[in-house]
Amino acid sequence: MGTGYSSDRKISGSLAGGIGSRAIAMVLAAGFLSVQAAMATDLPEGDASRGEKLFSACAGCHQVGEGAQNKVGPHLDGLIGRTAGSVAGFKYSSAMRAAGEAGMTWTAANIAEYLEKPREFIPGNRMSYRGMPRAKDRADLVSWLKQISQETPGQAGATAEVVAAPGFADVVMQIEGDPEYGEYLAGECVTCHQASGHADGIPSIVGLPKKYFLTALFEYKNNVRTNEVMKLRVQNLTNEELAALAAYFENLEPQ
Amino acid sequence: MTKLTRRQFGLLTGASAAALGFPALLRAQTKPRVVIVGGGAGGATAARYLAKDGKGEIDVTLIDDSDKFTTCFFSNLYLGGYRDFDSITHGYDRLQSDYGVTKLTGMAVSVDRAAKTVEMADGTSVAYDRLILSPGIDLIWDSVPGYSKEAAEIAPHAWQAGPQTQLLKDKLDAITSGQQVVMVAPPNPYRCPPGPYERVSMMAHLFKSKGVDAKIIVLDPKEKFSKQGLFMAGWEKYYPGMVEWIGPDVHGGIKGVDVNAGTVETDLDTFNGDLLNIIPAQKAGEIASAAGLTDDSGFCPIVAESMRSTIDENIFVIGDASIAGAMPKSGFSANSQAKVAVMNIRGDLTGSKVFPAKYSNTCWSLIETDDGVKVGAQYAPQDGKIASTSSFISENGESEAVRKATYEESLGWYKGITTDMFG
Ligand SMILES: Cc1cc2nc3c(=O)[nH]c(=O)nc-3n(C[C@H](O)[C@H](O)[C@H](O)COP(=O)(O)OP(=O)(O)OC[C@H]3O[C@@H](n4cnc5c(N)ncnc54)[C@H](O)[C@@H]3O)c2cc1C
Ligand code: HEC
Ligand code: HEC
Repeated sequence: MGTGYSSDRKISGSLAGGIGSRAIAMVLAAGFLSVQAAMATDLPEGDASRGEKLFSACAGCHQVGEGAQNKVGPHLDGLIGRTAGSVAGFKYSSAMRAAGEAGMTWTAANIAEYLEKPREFIPGNRMSYRGMPRAKDRADLVSWLKQISQETPGQAGATAEVVAAPGFADVVMQIEGDPEYGEYLAGECVTCHQASGHADGIPSIVGLPKKYFLTALFEYKNNVRTNEVMKLRVQNLTNEELAALAAYFENLEPQ
Repeated sequence: MTKLTRRQFGLLTGASAAALGFPALLRAQTKPRVVIVGGGAGGATAARYLAKDGKGEIDVTLIDDSDKFTTCFFSNLYLGGYRDFDSITHGYDRLQSDYGVTKLTGMAVSVDRAAKTVEMADGTSVAYDRLILSPGIDLIWDSVPGYSKEAAEIAPHAWQAGPQTQLLKDKLDAITSGQQVVMVAPPNPYRCPPGPYERVSMMAHLFKSKGVDAKIIVLDPKEKFSKQGLFMAGWEKYYPGMVEWIGPDVHGGIKGVDVNAGTVETDLDTFNGDLLNIIPAQKAGEIASAAGLTDDSGFCPIVAESMRSTIDENIFVIGDASIAGAMPKSGFSANSQAKVAVMNIRGDLTGSKVFPAKYSNTCWSLIETDDGVKVGAQYAPQDGKIASTSSFISENGESEAVRKATYEESLGWYKGITTDMFG
């Protein structure tokens, strides 16, 4: 099922915090886990290696693993035990934020439930993922997420710093993009990247944070990423055009 | 529903309509009207973008002779058994319900450029302030002597998708071991340069997957064709001995076809086919020449910066019917050109910003399961023509993973472009 883009690509970053805060996060996560262990007994233990493959359904929008960043969706590091809607710097729907404020934390069981029918589990949340109908798939995926989230505990809300693209992304980050120009330029992109935020074979770029967006384009420009259709598109874009596109897509809402 | 034309309106109300107190009616009439002929890759995109970006300030009417549209793109995958017919057929419902586009189903037969009206086959006329023509191609039947609209019922071209595509599929499904298919490929310029050769690949895939030992002969009027190296290597790899491509230096010229006898005559020899797939030469859809917008090439000259006809400034011609410089005639190109035309029309009618034109194209072709190749380029106006500014093409010897990713990308593109056209 894998799409052409590499799902585990991460912009190598120094993990914010270092050992001290990691250890604290570990303790916290462990505390949550012991509470949830009792609650989640109904969820069968899944096959984590199968789960890793199933994550390709999520990878277009989510990163997980050390240094993961927010993309279309929030990073999923330290997910088990994390308060819903709590990753700093990510623009959640008010429904997701409200769930977190009401005390909801993610457990193996409620993630599986969420993934079955995302729209119904938290009405008004904006994850445009149709759902994973098979219980076995959900169990396998969640057991891998559980494993990886123990290996890379949450970074206390901090997204990893992007270091791969110092000059370029920073320069363009400073430019105030013209969203009207961005909308016109985006006409070219949405022939492939659906404006609705759905992804079928080509990743979604709707709602991508500006920094991620620009860094990705920088990587096409510099051959760090090799996809030809994207290299071609990026070659001819000026910094103003990139800024306009980044501004437009960041503010576009998935449907 | 037909709108009153300006002339009819004048006749009914006389010159003093305003004085008679019809301000509301007048205001409704003065909302600028854009009419689009052709609801395919170019026309449907234009309708959606005019309605979406015009934000209700523009009255958009889309004319197509059918109430649904089957895409030529991916029609080869249907022939190969990868897609079903429904999955390449789309309706105009969302353009009407979600975007407020008025859809008229019927044939446009002529354009009265002085009166700015489109005349329909049923005798009605539709008034416009700006007109977009995206009628695609018509076939030059006698470019292959002996071929005709009637002959196409026996030897399908399937170069306009729909019943022709289904007819070709039925005939391909009926081919058995020992039989032979003869394709006559079209001369330049034609829609979808790699299309005939992707089709050959899909025919071969169909036979191979069913264990049918049949042969495909391609008689080509061209010395070389799009992605030739990639296709030839693919045929060698997957379909050894099944495909024979014969260029003009060997066959010496295609003299004619006899669809009842199942023969194609060339200078070299007469070729027998149990199935003939004849793809004749092409010109802009008939309405373009009826409107007087074509030149000697049979296609429509346009202004590179805007897709505006060089002959009539109120008319834009996009897609296969236009002479778009270095851009190939493809669905992707038509979609890209539609956006430039729409931007300029909005500039004309509602004063919105007009940015410099940029065009783009990518064409994917499937050679065998999970083995996709692509060619693409970016374009911009240069010295009055649309010129290529950068390009790429897949290479021989790419890894299986890259080829599979390329195929999956094409699935994403199909979903993307059809959503971009029909909502
Ligand atoms: C086998 C094949 C494979 C292809 N594969 C690809 C591909 O993979 N990628 C790609 O980008 N392109 C591909 N193409 C090319 C693509 O289909 C065309 O380039 C594209 O459809 C052109 O768009 P258009 O708007 O100019 O015309 P069309 O899409 O043909 O639309 C024209 C519409 O207008 C209607 N019409 C015409 N005249 C009138 C009239 N007078 N009144 C009312 N209605 C009218 C027609 O019936 C039609 O519905 C392929 C083509 C073929 C034949
Ligand atoms: C011809 C189809 C096509 C067009 C047009 C296109 N893209 Fe892409 N894009 C892709 C594909 C395929 C990928 C995944 C490539 C890979 O494997 O790296 C991609 C990846 C991306 C990514 C990285 C996404 C991620 O999750 O890391 C960004 C950002 C992006 N595109 C932006 C754009 C912008 C902006 C435009 C318009 C200027 C555009 N694209 C036009 C096909 C396209
Ligand atoms: C098309 C993009 C997309 C896909 C695909 C997707 N997600 Fe999401 N996901 C989102 C968005 C956007 C949010 C934020 C939702 C909100 O704010 O309402 C989200 C939120 C979440 C959350 C809650 C996170 C938090 O911080 O509260 C989890 C858990 C999650 N997704 C898991 C998954 C998994 C597992 C998959 C794959 C089966 C997946 N998602 C597929 C976009 C996506």
